[in-house]
Amino acid sequence: MLNLWRFINKYNAFFFLIIYLTVSLVLLVKNNDFQRASTFNTSNQIVGSIYKEVNSVNKYLNLNLVNDSLAKENVRLRNRLKSSFLDDSVVSKNVEDTINHVKYEYILAEVVNKYITSRNNYITINRGSKDGIKKGMGVIGPSGVVGIVWNVSENFASIQSILHEDTRITSSIENTPYFGPLIWEGKNPNVVTLTDIPNQLNLKPKARVVTSGLGVIFPKGILIGTVLKAGVKGGGSFLDISVKLATNFYALQYVYVIKNNFQTEQETLEKQNKESLNE
Amino acid sequence: MNSIIKNAIRYVLLVFIQVFLIKNMVLFGLNTPYIYILFILLLPFETPNWLLFFLSFLIGLNIDVFNDTVGLHAAACVITAFVRVSVTSITVQKDNYDSDPEPTLAIMGFRWFSFYALVLTLVHHFFLLNFEVFRVSEIPTTISRVLLSSLFTLGLIFIAELLFFRKKQRK
Repeated sequence: MLNLWRFINKYNAFFFLIIYLTVSLVLLVKNNDFQRASTFNTSNQIVGSIYKEVNSVNKYLNLNLVNDSLAKENVRLRNRLKSSFLDDSVVSKNVEDTINHVKYEYILAEVVNKYITSRNNYITINRGSKDGIKKGMGVIGPSGVVGIVWNVSENFASIQSILHEDTRITSSIENTPYFGPLIWEGKNPNVVTLTDIPNQLNLKPKARVVTSGLGVIFPKGILIGTVLKAGVKGGGSFLDISVKLATNFYALQYVYVIKNNFQTEQETLEKQNKESLNE
Repeated sequence: MNSIIKNAIRYVLLVFIQVFLIKNMVLFGLNTPYIYILFILLLPFETPNWLLFFLSFLIGLNIDVFNDTVGLHAAACVITAFVRVSVTSITVQKDNYDSDPEPTLAIMGFRWFSFYALVLTLVHHFFLLNFEVFRVSEIPTTISRVLLSSLFTLGLIFIAELLFFRKKQRK
């Protein structure tokens, strides 16, 4: 017994290493499995409120870039207004349409913390379950898609950004019927890869990559980025397209969370399909 | 007592700088410095092993809480602590010094400190980034990130050390 104790004492550093390393690795792996539902993340109240304070200072440093992107968004939206199109119809009458419900609603949120430089990046915003934010909602910025809501607490929510290895946003090239998942390869925070596009497609440089509108998260046609270059990997029949992201994550200050009012209906229906298939 | 207060201040300061300031610094794509390991580097030699490991684990976990990466920095820091124990036990003979030596640039000299900082930084960054990516196929990319980030961190460590450089009056 004494010898054993002496042995342990002599190599105590090694045993400390084993103990603490086990604890940290268990935390690391467990945390991944339970999808970061632990109390330690930034949607946590204390850390979230500290970040809010720091961000109130940081905000001023990026004001130029933020204003710029918001102004550009305003221009784009103004161009879509009905009043900026030539009206050539002779008779005009307003039709009260009660069937046409609002499908997508947007909730404005401010970024209080963000990560860009890790392999898996998250963004924390100052809206939570109190404001109607739920897990799985889409998030866009003034210039393009940002990510998907991941964890929600009462006052904060964390977003899994496009810059994350598990994020797969179904996207397509504008005005083509083809779509595929968008993958970030973890090298450059401005470039993502669009896969599964058939190589017969005659791709124009600078073509716009937009959301496909499939699924329930994003409406159709929201800008993701522009095509940088395309190539076929290793004799496959699909193109690997490098896409330059429209969102500048460094200057991201305000985001909109998309609430789909018909999400439950669509999901229930699709679930029924699966169930009836299993029977 | 004096040393406890000094290290406590250093702890708070380094965590603060790492979490709120350094996070926004990027070099060539994805390389950020992790200056907070300076805390582990500068703990006094006479720190008992249990305390050294506990403090390393604590500062790692503390950074993790702010980064949403529970266990990642903690694991890398614990490995760094182990390497620190090995390196100091090989290279430092306590009998050679009249007063208590401390692992700082000013006291131990440029050659020893640069070796010590280089080894510990490389080990820490290697395990940190590989645990983060957690994929064998991406190891070559990760190694380049390790090297560039280490360069960045070492630069900051030397700046910090030279900034607080105080020549010890050795008798």
